[in-house]
Parts: sequence; structure tokens; C-alpha cells
Amino acid sequence: MTAKTWTQNNPLYLDYQATTPTDPRVVEAMNPYWTEKFGNPHSRNHHYGWEAEDAVEIARGHVADLIGASTKEIIFTSGATESNNLAIKGVAKFYGDKRNHIITCVTEHKCVLESCRALQQDGFDVTYLHVQENGLIDLDVLQAAMTDKTVLVSIMAVNNEIGVIQPLKEIGQMCRANKTFFHTDAAQAVGKIPLDVDDMNIDLLSISGHKVYGPMGIGALYVRRKPRVRLVPLIHGGGQERAMRSGTLPTPLVVGLGKACELASKEMAAEAERLHGFQDRLFAGLKERIPEIFLNGDLVHRIPGNLNISFAYVEGEGLMMGIKDLAVSSGSACTSASLEPSYVLRALGVEEELAHTSLRLGLGRFTTEEDIDYAVERIAKEVNRLRELSPLWDMAQAGIDIKSIKWAEH
Amino acid sequence: MAYSKELIDHYENPRNVGSMEDGASDIGTGLVGAPACGDVMKLQIKVSADGIIEDAKFKTFGCGSAIASSSLVTEWVKGKTIDEAATIKNTDIAEELALPPVKIHCSVLAEDAIKAAIQDYKSKVATANKGQDAAE
Repeated sequence: MTAKTWTQNNPLYLDYQATTPTDPRVVEAMNPYWTEKFGNPHSRNHHYGWEAEDAVEIARGHVADLIGASTKEIIFTSGATESNNLAIKGVAKFYGDKRNHIITCVTEHKCVLESCRALQQDGFDVTYLHVQENGLIDLDVLQAAMTDKTVLVSIMAVNNEIGVIQPLKEIGQMCRANKTFFHTDAAQAVGKIPLDVDDMNIDLLSISGHKVYGPMGIGALYVRRKPRVRLVPLIHGGGQERAMRSGTLPTPLVVGLGKACELASKEMAAEAERLHGFQDRLFAGLKERIPEIFLNGDLVHRIPGNLNISFAYVEGEGLMMGIKDLAVSSGSACTSASLEPSYVLRALGVEEELAHTSLRLGLGRFTTEEDIDYAVERIAKEVNRLRELSPLWDMAQAGIDIKSIKWAEH
Repeated sequence: MAYSKELIDHYENPRNVGSMEDGASDIGTGLVGAPACGDVMKLQIKVSADGIIEDAKFKTFGCGSAIASSSLVTEWVKGKTIDEAATIKNTDIAEELALPPVKIHCSVLAEDAIKAAIQDYKSKVATANKGQDAAE
């Protein structure tokens, strides 16, 4: 057992899809740019500006390298939400006169879905593809949805709740053949899986700093130059970032994102292998200790740092209260006013009662094998305790099908 | 969101967990909520011939507030007459456990569970009496 003790106020962090801690090496790289090298990177007349600009350009290079892009194709933004907004609205507004159809998917992040909804208000047609039971889109359905009016396909690389990896290369090929731009929200994919914008025919790609062990408040958008993708900017001003995103670049944050990407380039392969081992160990441990658990989303086409599991007959939020020395998240949405469980799980066809019992377990750079064993122990103990309290577990043990009961929906 | 000491105590050390024989004539069972909504409560009461609740048991699928609400009401109903128990209000439960606003529905469900258990007991008594009348 671990030598560390985890408590409610110092819980074991297993929520790496929500955010990642900033790597200490990233913080160290950022440090001089707050006080000593504080110049405005857009100041062209003195040393302070030049050194800040140099740092920004080095960082841009690291970001580009990680996804196989060139430096001129990287636009810094405030984060993946802004990048997704800029990519979708920017392309739609530039090309909308001729092509006004967009394709996305029901399990996308809210910022993609809401950007598309906003464009519908402006008269665009949007197709929301359904996903298969494993969380992946059906390529034939995508092909069938494409028309000569389709300007953009926006499909995320990796889902934030269930960690599944969409078939990017195949989607990219289809888009290129149809002369449709391909945007991917890669917030959960960058630094986790190899990405190559040329090999995958990706035209626009969104990056988040704080999902890749960089700082919060910074992100990037890759915008292809050949063939050129043009955007109407969301933010107007001094014309920074090739006029696609005005505003003074936050040098320390940019440097941090660059360092994070540099580290990811070097360490991703080894880290993925380690996390695969942990993912297997966690899933096997839980299955061994707890009957009737169900993995949500494909196991194979999945990043190594994510498991999303339904613990049937135990409500997710109730479970989280019992494992308060673990920082995880749940697909149950009892804290929200709606009482609706996760829309992502529902889109996979996970029944509502099972969606309410799900936990998302996120592993990452600072997770250890001892952490995995501790998590298995704690979750198993609490699930088994709560099942003893659960009338649904009783019914299941007695062979009563809970679907045969006429429940009063409230 | 910080939960009250009382709520956490009921969640961690729930009182009167268990089941009683559903078919028995002195047992009333209330099953309320729905799995699809994330809350199901089963509350059972054992009632003496003079209408006093002698024992109560519960099982709950739900969040910590739902578990604590049902645990609390099993304590409250014991020793009460069924008419007294029927006057327990969800607001009393919410106040005792200091439920946050988003969790008020848990206390409503607990009140419903008591009422359903009492109703079930009463209908069993009525059926039994009818049977007796017919026999006489």
C-alpha cells in the first residue's frame, strides 16, 4: 500500500481529462517571463520586445513540431474553447456565401456544439452525426452526410469523457476528397497520441495548454497554409497572429505551452506505454473486485489515460461522496438542475440508469502504480458497501428485472 | 460544496439498513423514485396492532443526500403512530441535514417514501378487514 495518505482535502488526483497539473519544468521555463523578461513581444524597438518575441517564436516551433505543422500555421489563443470557436465560426463566415453546411457529432465538447448552434441561428445547416455504441462515428454515415455544400467537418480527436480516438486519418481523406475543411478539437489528444496534420489531412486543429501539462489560459489553433484555409477573425485589433487573433500575446503562457509541447514530443511514447500498463491494471483490478461493471466507450481506440466505467446499481455521485479521497468525476449529473445524466454516455446508447452510475477515471504523468492499487481498493470497498444499501442490487440478486417495474419518473 | 456533519454521519453510518418481509401483513413498503432519475428509495415500516411503528428499514440507490434523507426518516418514524409519521415534512428533513438547494428533491422523495409505506400498510389492513368482514 502507498506510503502517502490521501484525504478529502488532499485527494489522489485521477481527473486528468479535467485538467493536468502544470509540469514543474514548464513553470521553470515560464518564470523569467513574468518579471525579468517582461517585454511585449510585439514591441519592435528594443531588447525587451525582441527577447520576448524570440521566446514566443521558439514556443511556436515546439507547438508546430508536436503536430507536424510549420511555425507559420500556429495561432495562439486563450484556450481550446476559443480555438474551436475561431475555427468553426471563422471558416463558416469566410466561405458561407458559397458553402453553408457543417458536419459535427453529438458527442463533441459543448463549445463545438454551441458554436454550431450559433451558426444555425445565422442560417447555416448543421448535421450532428450520431455515434456508434463504442463512441466512434460511422465513416459511411459521415460520407453520406457530405454534400458539395459542406464547408467544414468538425470531429474531435479524443473525447473528453470516454477517451475514444476518432478515425482522424480516414475522416481527413474523405474531407480532402470532397474539398471540405477538416477541423479537429484535439484538446484531449495533443501530447497523448501521435498527430500529424499532413498525414491526417487536418486543416484546423485546436490545442489546449492545461490539458498537456501547460498553463491554463493559453491554447493554439493550427490553420493550414497549403492549401490555404482562411478565417474571419473573432477578435479585431492590432492584427497580431496574422490578423486572425488580435491582442498582445501573453509571453509567459506562450512559453509555457511551448515547453509543454516540447516535453510531450520527447516523452509521449514512453508515457503512453506506462499509462497503458496502469490502465490495464486499474481495469483488471476493478473487474476482479467488483462484478457487473461496464466500460463506456471503445477499449482499443482509446487514450491510455482514461477509463469511464459504470458501476451498476450504485449512483455515481453517491459513490464519489464515499471515495472523497479520490478526485474523479461522474457522468451522473445530480448536482445540475436538470438531473440529466451525461449527454455523451446517452449518445452511446448507455441507458440512463447506467449513465447515473458512471465514474471517469483519468490517469496521467504523475500517476503511480501505488495510486492505481489504492484507487482499486477504495472504489471496490465503497461500491460493495453501497450495493448493500441499494434496493436495485437486491432486486438484481433476486432476479427481478428493474425494467419490469413501473417507476414513477420524478 | 460542503455537506453538514449530520448528513455525512448518516451517509457513512446509515441507520436501519435492510429489508423486512414484504408479504407480512404488519409491514408497509414504499418504493419511490426511478433508476433513470438516479434515485430509488425503498422504505419499510413494521406496525403494531395499535398503530405504532415498531421498526423501520431502508435501502436507497442515490446520492449521499438521498441515502442520508432515507436513513434519517427511518429514525424519525420509529415509535411514532402512523398518523404522526405521515405529518413528517420534507422541509424538516432538509433542515435537519442542511441540504443544499439542488438536493431538496432528496428530502421530497424521503417524504414520499414514508407516505407510500403508510399507504401500503393501510391498504393491507383494509384488505384484511374486508376479508374478515366477509368471513363473519
